[in-house]
Amino acid sequence: MTITKTQRDILGSSALRPDGVSKVQGDFAFSSDLHAENMLWGATLRSPHPYARIISIDLSGAWKIAGVECVITAEDVPGQLTYGLISEDQPVFAKDFVRYMGEPVAAVAADHPETCRRALAAIVVVYEVLTPLTNPEHAIDEAREPIHPDGNIIRRQQIIHGDVNATAPIVVEGTYDIGMQDQAFLGTESALAIPDHDGAGIEVFVATQWLHEDRKQMAKCLALPEEKVRLVLGGVGGAFGAREDISLQVHTALLAMRTSRPVKMQYGREESFFGHVHRHPAQIWMRHHANTDGRIVKIEARFVFDGGAYSSTSSAVLINGVTHTQGPYQCPNAIVDGYAVRTNNPPCGAMRGFGVVQACFAHEGQMDKLAVATGIDEVEIRLRNIIHTGDTMITGQVLESVAPLERCIRETAAMPLPREMEAHPHELDLPGGSGRTADRRNIVRGIGWGVSMKNLMYSEGFDDYSTARCTLTNGSVELKFATSEVGQGFVTLAPQIARSVLGVDNVTYDTIDTQIGSAGSTSASRQTWMSGGAVDGACRMVRERLFEHVGALHGIDPLRLAIDDTDVVDTIGSLRITVQEASTNFTVSETFEYHHRPTQDLDDNGQGNCHVAFAFVAHRAVVDVDVELGLVKVVQIATAQDVGRVLNPMSVIGQIEGGIAQGLGLAVMEEIIVTNGIVRNPSFTDYLLPTALDAPQVLISMIEEPDPQAPMGAKGVGEAPCISVTPAIVAAIRNATGKSIDRCPVRPQDICF
Amino acid sequence: MSELEHYTLTINGEDRHVSDAWIGESLLYVLRERLGLPGSKGACEQGECGSCTVYVDNAAVCSCLIMAATAVGTQIATVEGLNQDGSLTDVQQAFVSEGAVQCGFCTPGLVMAVHHLLDHNETPNEQEIKEALSGNICRCTGYGRIFAAVDSVISIRKSTAS
Repeated sequence: MTITKTQRDILGSSALRPDGVSKVQGDFAFSSDLHAENMLWGATLRSPHPYARIISIDLSGAWKIAGVECVITAEDVPGQLTYGLISEDQPVFAKDFVRYMGEPVAAVAADHPETCRRALAAIVVVYEVLTPLTNPEHAIDEAREPIHPDGNIIRRQQIIHGDVNATAPIVVEGTYDIGMQDQAFLGTESALAIPDHDGAGIEVFVATQWLHEDRKQMAKCLALPEEKVRLVLGGVGGAFGAREDISLQVHTALLAMRTSRPVKMQYGREESFFGHVHRHPAQIWMRHHANTDGRIVKIEARFVFDGGAYSSTSSAVLINGVTHTQGPYQCPNAIVDGYAVRTNNPPCGAMRGFGVVQACFAHEGQMDKLAVATGIDEVEIRLRNIIHTGDTMITGQVLESVAPLERCIRETAAMPLPREMEAHPHELDLPGGSGRTADRRNIVRGIGWGVSMKNLMYSEGFDDYSTARCTLTNGSVELKFATSEVGQGFVTLAPQIARSVLGVDNVTYDTIDTQIGSAGSTSASRQTWMSGGAVDGACRMVRERLFEHVGALHGIDPLRLAIDDTDVVDTIGSLRITVQEASTNFTVSETFEYHHRPTQDLDDNGQGNCHVAFAFVAHRAVVDVDVELGLVKVVQIATAQDVGRVLNPMSVIGQIEGGIAQGLGLAVMEEIIVTNGIVRNPSFTDYLLPTALDAPQVLISMIEEPDPQAPMGAKGVGEAPCISVTPAIVAAIRNATGKSIDRCPVRPQDICF
Repeated sequence: MSELEHYTLTINGEDRHVSDAWIGESLLYVLRERLGLPGSKGACEQGECGSCTVYVDNAAVCSCLIMAATAVGTQIATVEGLNQDGSLTDVQQAFVSEGAVQCGFCTPGLVMAVHHLLDHNETPNEQEIKEALSGNICRCTGYGRIFAAVDSVISIRKSTAS
């Protein structure tokens, strides 16, 4: 795709990342690159068992090792012993029980990572090993004692809508399984904690998605007032949901406070697999009733999300799942039952797509079954059912967002298909890649579709506002916000907004930290809308003040003034001066808090205006499958995505291509394998990620229909790309093989046997 | 720790002395934690992700897999040594201009991998590019903009040569 460069780096241009140069040179300071004088290293001892009673912990061996400065357990937590994003049910350190493999039990601080490793090995924990609860259905049927005082059901939510007795001549059903995916950001968890000299506070540099939420949870556990816990964003090497929960924050801070020395903690890759939550594995049953013309009459569904040992964001993931049962289709009647449950499997929480990935995999499987049952092709069946602005959803909420779904589908369908595979292809173009494993004669091509809608921002009455400050002085702007830059490019976008609103070119941003109000989390496709809205609002307030200043100087009503390129102009007069000149010896600073419109809780029947807004996307996948070996190569993905308005084309393309790669991973390779609570593949050797050789050709159309509710008209673009691409790829595999495959990732045995 | 070592490594053309080091330290650890060269990144410690790519005697290797003490006597080159005057190489410039950088954690390793490829093959085809970069995992970009950056370097070098 050709990217056109404009003159100024304003909205709509492919402005380059301000941190790009330092990142390509290796100069950019990720949190793991930080150092402090006299610094110690921290490390965590974790449970080898998915479920056990702690009988005793003997730390004496660790204390005897030269270089060890501190060893802590639950006994040393000064404040609240547990934490959590929604429900505070997760121990800082396990006290009586460990409830998942990898749960923290103790931590050490020492002079060298190797000393830490030896110290951890010298701690003796005696466990009484218990039988883990690993089948989510057993969490629901109450056959087992609760594994946590809060019970085994984290949340149940039903949706009852319309005529529950309605039926129709065509009925299709399926049970769909979605595997546990890892966010696998490259920059593992890391933090540097520096205690205040007076011992009464702490500064923590950390890679996170939400500084203020981390601070709130940390302050409680550390028994410090929030203002004594200052968080600074350490450079973040990707997030994708895995940094929404805190991981090493309290441990690092506590070690630093106990030793009165800076402490750095950094997880290795294996520890990272245990140190953050994953995408929920889910089992979803759906039964669609439809008329012979393909129109959906009713959907019945049951969702079970395995939340693992602690609740994290499971209750919100559940709500996203059940409220997206219908997908981007009209559905007048629905009966849905959904559970998020507690097991002794790894805790699950936020990952890009947040519950909608799972729902979409099921509803898109159903749409293909409906296509077969009605004899209508898979594109037409979707077009006949698509939802429109003004339609009522199964929650009773009226869809208010702009919904250019028909364009998404039609523009995707109009994209060219790839060339047929050559008679003698290069071995790297074969499924399975090099080594000549696949045989051209056994390769069958398939095409599949996936269409989805995804809610934007937080739901159910949560006011996830964002704050920004804009300071204009002498033709330059400095922005301040606490928005976590995790790679998505808010640090590129925010200056673009300021340049557009204020007609300046020199825009910088201050350190991202807790020295301003919250920006909310970098998640839920929300920062362009929310923090973008905050920066836009702050810049507009500054502009008003600038106009008042210029108006007073020149005797012009400020209402007549406007910004034209880099000038302040009188719209009905002759005044034209540069913003640079207009702001000489003039300083103005304004702070703006952006709130989205309020939402509501769901009632017991799952009715309520619970979501803020939605974005839409269509994906078409082309795959080559070696039907003998069960190997798959994704050849091409075509996609048209509803983006509202393109604020930075290159950034949007980057989000789309990156999201597609993650959705491809879930479709054909990525799964954390858990057997009886034991994680089998916590490494990049055994947990497979898409490489350059797995990257398909990607054809992109960005559908621009600005949403009047969105600041600047732009919808978040981060999650949509990874949602329906997974079912599209799996549908293409079904199309190639003729097999009924209702799980992802698709494994060779699902194709061969 | 008792078993501490002293040795000298040659990095980006300079001799760098390492003192009081544990023998088990990887080259990646020594570069990052002892020699102030944090450009090489650690993301898997298993040689799977390529974030720690450096050149040892002109071979592109994962510095997480090499014990630093065994690299004595070799010529080691890191991302910091690509252009020591602070300007960008053509590959680095293309990564910035083509949007190949998002979080940037994989970027130094990928920049090293691309330079290595183009040093050995001026006109790689699509398969050769993909194969050469398949040892470097990027989780953000889906590789599309990275391919665009490589293509851009190849075409600029071609047009400059002719």
